[in-house]
Amino acid sequence: MTTMTTGDRLVDYDEVLTRYEPVIGLETHVELGTASKMFCGCATTFGAEPNTHTCPVCLGMPGSLPVANAAAVEATIRIGLALGCRIASWSRFARKNYFYPDIPKGFQTSQYDEPLCVAGHLDVEVDGREYRVEIERVHLEEDTGKNLHVGGSTGRIHGADHSLIDFNRAGIPLVEIVTRPVPGAGAKAPEVARAYVTELREIVQALGASDVRMEQGSLRCDVNISLNPIGALELGTRTETKNVNSLRSVERAVRFEMRRQAAVLDGGGRVVQETRHFHEDTGTTSSGRSKEEATDYRYFPEPDLVPLAPDADWIEQLRAALPELPAARRARLQQEWGISGTEMTWLANAGALGLVEQTVAAGASPGDARKWWLGDLARRANEAGTELAELPITPAQVAELSGLIAEGTINDKLARQVLDGVLAGQGGPAQVVAAQGLAVLGESDELVAAVEAAIAGAPDVVAKVQSGKVQALGALVGAVMKTTRGKADAGTVKRMLEERVLSS
Amino acid sequence: MSSISRDDVAHLARLSRLAVTDEELDRFAGQLDQVLAAVARVGEAAVADVPPMSHAVPLTNVLRADEVRPSLPRDAVLAGAPAAEEGRFRVPRILGEEE
Ligand SMILES: [Zn+2]
Repeated sequence: MTTMTTGDRLVDYDEVLTRYEPVIGLETHVELGTASKMFCGCATTFGAEPNTHTCPVCLGMPGSLPVANAAAVEATIRIGLALGCRIASWSRFARKNYFYPDIPKGFQTSQYDEPLCVAGHLDVEVDGREYRVEIERVHLEEDTGKNLHVGGSTGRIHGADHSLIDFNRAGIPLVEIVTRPVPGAGAKAPEVARAYVTELREIVQALGASDVRMEQGSLRCDVNISLNPIGALELGTRTETKNVNSLRSVERAVRFEMRRQAAVLDGGGRVVQETRHFHEDTGTTSSGRSKEEATDYRYFPEPDLVPLAPDADWIEQLRAALPELPAARRARLQQEWGISGTEMTWLANAGALGLVEQTVAAGASPGDARKWWLGDLARRANEAGTELAELPITPAQVAELSGLIAEGTINDKLARQVLDGVLAGQGGPAQVVAAQGLAVLGESDELVAAVEAAIAGAPDVVAKVQSGKVQALGALVGAVMKTTRGKADAGTVKRMLEERVLSS
Repeated sequence: MSSISRDDVAHLARLSRLAVTDEELDRFAGQLDQVLAAVARVGEAAVADVPPMSHAVPLTNVLRADEVRPSLPRDAVLAGAPAAEEGRFRVPRILGEEE
């Protein structure tokens, strides 16, 4: 069955897989978190006034000369090492020539046939199965400026009267990570694409190489998709969907292109090799410029930058300084906390891994830390429409809360009230307990009075207990809890009642 | 045989956003052909075990520390622009390509 949406015929997803094998490929751009730009000393700070971070080098003024940023080169090598790449012993920059207003020099300084890192891989897990994504190359280049289209109704290029350019971003170091085509994911192709970008993002974050914020554009994805008819020898033609800027969109873009291409092929048509644009609002793609037009970049070696030739010592030094990578960390924590792979996946997907780890480090048991972050706090983040990490509570405060329960100062019920106070900005757990008088009652006069009042008020129950029906004590415990409005510790109350009722 | 055709020149002119007349295409094709022929003589001297050279100096790994240095004042940056607006370079409508 095919349906029509936004002018494209689409085949039902499950049906696509009965006739076609999807092949995905990903090109991911990561803006490095260096202090200065790739080839000049301009600052890279996000959100500055337009064109205040520019100089003759990044504006492409005649006579200006670029010098490569050592930190950017090292970050690229570190990313390559983390992805199991071979680091080239000889690597050059190249000019990628094309005209566009956001590129002041008339070319982008990039790498062509001699990238810094080649032949790596990244293993990702989807629904308990591991998929290997081969990395073809990791290379270093520079970002472009930003266009603002003016005069159209939507800020889009169509209908715009003119454009305004801000070159603050031009020349910020950009690492491009290119996969080889990934076959064999079948129905899971959209999820595998998403899992790959998720894992890559975590690795880059663990390396401290970038803040990898997709919503700010510091990690951007181009998604290649083609369909091979099952049983056919010829390979399908791929499309390249540009600027897919959230993890969810990566998955949706793959799914949409699979359904669209299947409809084209089913109808006896040919998939056009082209660039397509992803539309976040509808989850669809639309045709952009055709690839044949744009690929004549006339690359040649950049004469103003000498080659990079990282020697073995330098590479080994960088390798030795790599931090623990996300997959290794997950495996270690899973073992330390004694949890299952599925539980680990929940924690990771909820963005709670680091929070739980820090909570445990602050003294909570792994079980308690998980219970708070995946339970009450996850629910509150969900209600507030925010991420766990954005909640106004720190792992240390969660550990403190957990400690207050363990030592008997508060019980679970009171803990939830304390949590409310902390989240409302009333201070840390101990402060909230003190300020609101939330601590459970010890064997205070108040509690003794409540216990004795309960005994005096129910002589029939006392008689039952004394005649051997010990479970009747529960009614007395309930009465005490009621008078103290939940502030008493049920165990303490029970013990105090037993002492008075059974020993007499 | 000429190594660059009139069509090649037209293609390059288009990629370079240069408006070239028919008469200029013929002239440039002839001139560029001579230039290429002159450069091609290097190939006669090169032997198989000499790798192509992209840089005249035997240097590698020329790098700068990741340190911020002052940028240009924005007024100076925009002073040379044919048109500016809201602190940005103003360019004519971009045609023929999606964003
Ligand atoms: Zn600059």
